[in-house]
Amino acid sequence: MSAHHVTITVNGEPMEREIESRLLLVHFLREELGLTGTHIGCDTTSCGACTVLLNGKPAKSCTVLAVAADGAEVTTVEGLANGELHPIQQAFMECHGLQCGFCTPGMMLTSKALIEENPDPTEAEVRWGISGNLCRCTGYVNIVEAVRQAAAAIRSEAGEEADHA
Amino acid sequence: MMRFRVAQPPALVDLRRVPGLSGLREENGHLWVGAMTRQAEIEKSGLTRRRYPLLSDAARVIADPVVRNLATVGGNVAHADPGNDLPAVMLAYGATMCAVGYPDRPAPSLSGEGSRSLPLAPEKREIEADDFFTGPFETALGEGEILTGIRIPSPSAGSGGAYAKLERKVGDYAVAAVAIQLRFHGGVIADAGVALTNVGLTAIRAEAAEGALNGSDGGDEALDRAAAAAAAAAEPMADARGSEAYKRAVVRTLTFRAASKAIARARGEAA
Repeated sequence: MSAHHVTITVNGEPMEREIESRLLLVHFLREELGLTGTHIGCDTTSCGACTVLLNGKPAKSCTVLAVAADGAEVTTVEGLANGELHPIQQAFMECHGLQCGFCTPGMMLTSKALIEENPDPTEAEVRWGISGNLCRCTGYVNIVEAVRQAAAAIRSEAGEEADHA
Repeated sequence: MMRFRVAQPPALVDLRRVPGLSGLREENGHLWVGAMTRQAEIEKSGLTRRRYPLLSDAARVIADPVVRNLATVGGNVAHADPGNDLPAVMLAYGATMCAVGYPDRPAPSLSGEGSRSLPLAPEKREIEADDFFTGPFETALGEGEILTGIRIPSPSAGSGGAYAKLERKVGDYAVAAVAIQLRFHGGVIADAGVALTNVGLTAIRAEAAEGALNGSDGGDEALDRAAAAAAAAAEPMADARGSEAYKRAVVRTLTFRAASKAIARARGEAA
């Protein structure tokens, strides 16, 4: 088993490690870095619990070899809050966008990229956007509500910043 | 495949740093799609939506949006799972697969043994879609070859295409799906391409359905005949997604729908 020297920037911090070829990105995050907010659900690229942002785009980290993320920027749920909760986290809390919470980290990261691409998504667009992330508790209604509320909060935040500029 | 221990390769080669394998551009009468182009790029491209709606339709229904950020066009084609969506699309377009490597030799071994005896220049090959899909998970690619890209003929004026898929839920393979590309010439359909997903050991080109469309005015009667011919060309197996008869019925319905949409697009009546 060959070893590789990789540098993966996780939540803004470059992480250098010697890793095995076979190591998956999700195990790199959870076991090498101790960032257990990224969950392992189905282990087969179906459920989306392990979704992280890889160079800004949602990716299922159970099906990415860590060596293939060498040089990349990864954002996990631990990278969302910045002193205070991220608007997406705040909205998931306020709208009861979770019950057991297992899918929530992946759901929030997919939502973050969705809102960046489409700042005012319709209900149908949100449902389409999160269709690769499975939730077995909520029936999605409150998740969709949370994503739309988060989008509104982020839009108004951006509007205020523009006003101050 | 590795996840389910179906494939246990001794080594993997990361192709991300090989230049020229990714991208999307129209040139010399065709669309070039690099093998490593992400499916999300196809899905979001204005060029494919305007000019290659069959490809664009299919890219929107492969797996799920998160998977499509990493999944590649070449992977979907070269993997050749009967449930993959792009093989039928390439058959309907009459696309050409471009490969490079050493078609007649095994892949170079890990230790480098044997690599010195490789000829200096790898060979470039072009393989028509009709000759490419040789069996379930099998293609005409040799072990020492990779797919570099795909050439899709640019549609002439009066062309249209569509992909119609029935899936039980997002991310599942198709119960069945139908890819159709056609054009109008002198008021009648010409050069129709019809191909079927996940109703046989490989994607199936339904030539009898193409024959039913070609020379017709694209009316309901011709579409009915094409749909019946496509259902007859399917070779489905009963499984959790339905019985053989059900899948044939689905092929029939989807063929009618895809053909209607392709015709509407060819006439400029639908986006």
